[in-house]
Amino acid sequence: MAVYGLMAEFEEPGALLHAAERAYASGYRKLDAYSPMPIHGLAEAIGFTRTAVSPIVLVGGILGCISGFTLCWWMAAVAYPHVVAGRPFNSWPMWIPITFELTVLFASLTSLLAMLGLNRLPQPYHPVFNVPAFARASTDRFFLCIEAVDPVFDAEGTWKFLETLNPTSVAEVEP
Amino acid sequence: MTSDPVETQLTVHDPDGPVVAPGHSYESITEKIGAIVITLRTPRHWWIGAGIAFLVVNMLMTAIAWLFWRGVGIWGVNVPIAWGFAIVNFVWWIGIGHAGTLISAILLLLKQDWRTSINRFAEAMTLFAVACAGMFPVLHLGRPQVFFWLFPYPNTMGLWPQPRSPLLWDVFAVSTYGTVSLIFWYIGLIPDVASLRDRAPQMWKKRVFGILALGWRGSARHWFRYEIAYLLLAGLATPLVVSVHTVVSFDFAVSMVPGWHTTIFPPYFVAGAIYSGFAMTLTLAIPLRKFYHLEDFITMRHLQNMGKVMLATGMIVAYGYSMEAFFAYYSSDKFELFMFKNRTTGPYGPFYGLLILFNILIPQLLWSKRVRSSIPALFIMSLVVNTGMWLERFVIVITSLHRDFMPSAWGMYYPTKWDIMTYIGTLGFFSFAFYLFVRLLPAISMFEMRDLIDKKAGKQVVH
Repeated sequence: MAVYGLMAEFEEPGALLHAAERAYASGYRKLDAYSPMPIHGLAEAIGFTRTAVSPIVLVGGILGCISGFTLCWWMAAVAYPHVVAGRPFNSWPMWIPITFELTVLFASLTSLLAMLGLNRLPQPYHPVFNVPAFARASTDRFFLCIEAVDPVFDAEGTWKFLETLNPTSVAEVEP
Repeated sequence: MTSDPVETQLTVHDPDGPVVAPGHSYESITEKIGAIVITLRTPRHWWIGAGIAFLVVNMLMTAIAWLFWRGVGIWGVNVPIAWGFAIVNFVWWIGIGHAGTLISAILLLLKQDWRTSINRFAEAMTLFAVACAGMFPVLHLGRPQVFFWLFPYPNTMGLWPQPRSPLLWDVFAVSTYGTVSLIFWYIGLIPDVASLRDRAPQMWKKRVFGILALGWRGSARHWFRYEIAYLLLAGLATPLVVSVHTVVSFDFAVSMVPGWHTTIFPPYFVAGAIYSGFAMTLTLAIPLRKFYHLEDFITMRHLQNMGKVMLATGMIVAYGYSMEAFFAYYSSDKFELFMFKNRTTGPYGPFYGLLILFNILIPQLLWSKRVRSSIPALFIMSLVVNTGMWLERFVIVITSLHRDFMPSAWGMYYPTKWDIMTYIGTLGFFSFAFYLFVRLLPAISMFEMRDLIDKKAGKQVVH
């Protein structure tokens, strides 16, 4: 494949949002928008509305909760039982603080790993960085990239389509 | 880019002034904050400040080395006052850490946009304060080389830690707090180090920031997941921060010692933690904005708001003190009554007087708008509250232990020079770490500032 895709540059977040909506409406599906800060509605505009981050974190939290409680119970009632102030071996109200802390710990670690994992990060190489103007994508420029794998993609037609969105510039993305 | 609408909106909604000075663009924000790290020469005041702090770190190392060689006998601890400076400083430092998480997590959930320019360095402050705090219990162990016995792991002795003890809860609370604070801080840094990667003039800086940025490219899909993860972390950190000082207060409250055994301890410890934390944030923010000319981002509005939070939490702390006194009176327990009399008029009485002066009386000046709008007054106030909160920890730990039930078991506590060197040393460690942070990483969150001016300018619909 000759190119990774075509990329249009915008100066304003509103322009990018509008362009993304237009591109999606024109049938493009393999596209991505890049911005220096989160823009509300942008992911939805390119048809990305659901992510598994929250359920994964929920599972992490539940695992942490079970681990914390089981750990305390096992230490105090199984592995090293001894009587403290006449309380039962499994004096469960005393397990709550550690159970809570491990719930938070596991859920937090999971949210970091889920976010990075689903985003496929760390990623040492990505074609979008081949466009020189993209260096400003982390400061003050907004980009829309339509990828060549898109079934509707056609080097000439897509270029023309991007031009109609009033971008500052359009560029080819080397693979 | 940020023309009239910004100014009109800011003046309408913010009677105390703007949260970011008008006239800034995405580029100017990124340049101003990023330049401190990647392009500007290290300023002379940095070398002087960091140099002094580094000397103090060496003093800490000396004190710790001597402690490892000779044991805790070099400290002033004794029986009955086995907890001494180490635990005073532990509780003080961990309290200071609380403001960082409060600012970054709780104020995020409450949609307080003034948190944006102070959350990054407040989180860094949290990390360094927790590091200082974490040192003390380990140094206090007597046999610090076996600190890992605190953690549950299968061992040939067949021993396990005691999960009924608040001291073990502390191990879990503090280590969880440190880890979660680090995750929160790092997640916030990823888009910012990506900006630095793209802007750094030298290749080696691009490489270092590139590795830290993990290949972040600002994709809409990435931001979508990122924001969910960030919000979830804020939701998790919020109960966590409240739990940490609660568990620390359990170390005292669960015991039977008069002066410790009270149910007011958890809420009043948490309020005191936030109180001292905001004081420390002010202590750091005022020189930071001055020396690095960040007045546009850390505005009077931020300083005033921090003053207000200090006033509010200070009042909760005052309520805690009065309830302690009331409980002692209402219990009719002679040990509790004696404890309170001894605390106020005994050998450590003057410290209690100073504590009331520093934590309750002087901060009442914050009711005055003139005091809240004066930077020198706020700076002095922050130092007063930091000192007051340290005195509070001192009074709680020392005066409760030194005269408990039997007069034959009473004693006095005097810190030695090693105690003082270790304490001052952690202040140096904290400052040195903060100097390094300001030099090596963006001290203000750039992407959140871009988002903020956007929202202020009405370019985005705020959901």
